[in-house]
Amino acid sequence: MREETAVGIGAPPAISLKHVSKTFGGVHALDDVSFEIAQGEVHCLAGENGCGKSTLIKIITGVYQPDAGLVAEYFGESVASMTPNDARRRGIAVIWQDLALFPEMTVAENIAFETLVGGRPRLFSFGKIRAIAQKALASLEVEIDLEERLGRLPIAQRQIVAIARALVSDARLIFMDEPTASLTQSETNALLAVVRRLSARGVSVVFVSHRLAEVLDIATRVTVLRDGKLVGVYPTEGMTQSRLTELMTGTRFDTAVAARDTANNAPVLEVRGLTRRGEFSDIGFVLREGEVLGLTGLIGAGRTELGHTLFGMTRPDAGTIALDGRVLHLKSNRDAVEAGIAYVSEDRLALGLVQPQSIADNLVLPVLGKISNRAGLISRAARDDLVRHWLTELAIKIGHPSDPVATLSGGNQQRVVLAKWLATEPKVLILDSPTVGVDVGARAGIFRIVRKLAESGLAILMISDEVPEVYFNADRILHMAAGRIVGEYDPRKFELPDLEAAVYG
Amino acid sequence: MARFFRASPTESRLLLVLIAICVFLSFASDSFFTLVNFTSLLNNSAINLIWAMGLLVVLIAGGIDISFAVAASVVQYVCVYAFDAIGGGNWAIGVVLAAGLGMGLGFINATLIHVFRIISIVVTIATFNAFFGLLMFLSSGRFLYNLPDWWTRRILIFEYQTADGTWAELTLPVAVMFAAVLATWVLINRTTVGRQLYAFGDNPEGARRVGVNVAAMQFIAFGWMGAMAGIGGLMQANIVQEVVPNALIGRELDVLAAVVLGGARLGGGRGSVLGCFLGVLLVAITQNGLNLLGVSPFAFKMVVGGIILVAISMSNLDFGTRARHRPGDDREETA
Repeated sequence: MREETAVGIGAPPAISLKHVSKTFGGVHALDDVSFEIAQGEVHCLAGENGCGKSTLIKIITGVYQPDAGLVAEYFGESVASMTPNDARRRGIAVIWQDLALFPEMTVAENIAFETLVGGRPRLFSFGKIRAIAQKALASLEVEIDLEERLGRLPIAQRQIVAIARALVSDARLIFMDEPTASLTQSETNALLAVVRRLSARGVSVVFVSHRLAEVLDIATRVTVLRDGKLVGVYPTEGMTQSRLTELMTGTRFDTAVAARDTANNAPVLEVRGLTRRGEFSDIGFVLREGEVLGLTGLIGAGRTELGHTLFGMTRPDAGTIALDGRVLHLKSNRDAVEAGIAYVSEDRLALGLVQPQSIADNLVLPVLGKISNRAGLISRAARDDLVRHWLTELAIKIGHPSDPVATLSGGNQQRVVLAKWLATEPKVLILDSPTVGVDVGARAGIFRIVRKLAESGLAILMISDEVPEVYFNADRILHMAAGRIVGEYDPRKFELPDLEAAVYG
Repeated sequence: MARFFRASPTESRLLLVLIAICVFLSFASDSFFTLVNFTSLLNNSAINLIWAMGLLVVLIAGGIDISFAVAASVVQYVCVYAFDAIGGGNWAIGVVLAAGLGMGLGFINATLIHVFRIISIVVTIATFNAFFGLLMFLSSGRFLYNLPDWWTRRILIFEYQTADGTWAELTLPVAVMFAAVLATWVLINRTTVGRQLYAFGDNPEGARRVGVNVAAMQFIAFGWMGAMAGIGGLMQANIVQEVVPNALIGRELDVLAAVVLGGARLGGGRGSVLGCFLGVLLVAITQNGLNLLGVSPFAFKMVVGGIILVAISMSNLDFGTRARHRPGDDREETA
């Protein structure tokens, strides 16, 4: 089912690869995939983790060689093999997710670094470096202090620096790997504006992104890969998020609103007038038994800060938190865990899991007391029972509980974090951005678990800056802006675009 | 000026502390704020400064070197025998030979680090022991006094008789030190190689991806360190007029402490010639001041240790506020 469209530009395509296959140890990473990008086109490469996106990029940039040799054209020239240097010389640049920048060096040096590499060692002038960097930034219509240390810039500006660096090396085709993964909505918009400017100048941009909304917003065509095979190339016009998800995963997802009426359930968590100076003020809400309460708003609205206070990690300046009608005085998150509040952090890679440790050890970390015998030593049998219970409960697919957590996929890691906190048998579960870095397919699995937990009576506060996520999965939605709750919505009574307009402004 | 303070917080802070100490010592001791004292301070710091320049480059490139002081002793020994064999030699041959030998020893470190992918601290602790063991074994701990005349002759590059009749003098090692400082400054600030060294120390994987020759970086950094070690060794023998196998061992930690005090980061990517210079001087002036004030020399190391701890904690507090911020917090500044 290929619905190829040609973008109406007379020039030859930026690149065109035919029938690329690549196997690693008998596994088809790519199976007969053809790929073409027009000059100046903004294209999206979509697919779940492990679908072959990175392999394809690495073949285009000469890092890998395809099995049967390369049959390709780069800017109208036939190419039979490719090396990373050759690709760079021909104007192909990749901006990886980690950006590969130098935080201790200045913005100017980061942008113009390419001019400092290669050739014989020689003297250079800072003036020239600055001029080159200035020119690159000006062409993006962005202003950043050239003398600033890169490490002091927010992620969004570092992203721009990485793009400017690609321009300095005369890139005509830029791959961007998950460029918006850690950006706020307004920063994303600024980045997309830069991408449009690049495109207008004839530079092709290939987006690799999990966020389907922006993919559809910016790209003219989308190439979908699944399990190393080409599913098809589609125009984005008329494409919907749910259809794209379907193409990527090969399964249909229910995107009906899941909200139920929970207004008559018993209140579990009651928050009144909660204020923490500079972070949020006068927060009041009731979270009921079996309810999924969505908390959305732009990054910086104070959502995560509120989560931290509810979990006892920071002290409020005013207001009360009551659990089951009893006011809590949380001095630390240990108190919160004791009281029955669990918090799954946004940055689960850094804060939620001890990556090199085993799945089992990670899972039992907050409940070591529970599985210890009277001498204070950990009982292996108790640990294994607990681990087995939660692995089955959350359908975590793993080789063995003793494998390091780092070997799991994003979705499964998220489940291990969930299991870890559920093992504390909480009454309230706070989920902060539960799907950051998780595949579309795996997201659905996580929300199924969330729903199941709610149905078993757990009260869940789900924090997310992706409005559709809360819209489809929460029973009720609170909108937070500038530290205050500014609106409450019932997903059954509102359309998604209205809610998005309210939040994203 | 304001720009300097913003761009170089470590250096400006060091400078302020240094000035404060100097002002204090000027009032506390009659003999501190004198030309004679300053020239002798420079004479006594020259060797450490030469080594510090080498070590700075290694630290910027993300490495560390424990072996350089012992390597300098090895160079001294080989030089004595080599000059004897060629029937004397002169300064030109001496500098080339010492720098070359030191560089060779540095290349041994670089090879081990690059080819066998061993971290530099482990490699240089090993070569520190190997160099020193070999030296003691082959020399049987013998002192050497048969140095050629040109090597041990005191050469003054500056002399001035003060009003009270004493002489303020600067010796050859000070001139060599200034040359080393200048050369290192040019290397790391004005050449493409220097910026690649910073980049490599800052983000090795990122540097590799933009096409920096990673092997070359290790060899340049440790080669430079080795050359400085050799030249420093040559100059040290010029001052003491003898070669003693265990004369230099232990100096590596003093120099390392001073360089780190000067703002170079263990872990790479940060450090400046000015900071390094000020760091070594701060330690030297503190020692000098304690001597003039009649404080027991045993207290000296303790005081220097304290200064380093305070300085490092301050710089960590300074950027700790940023480091503790998770990426999410950064975003809020612009959201």
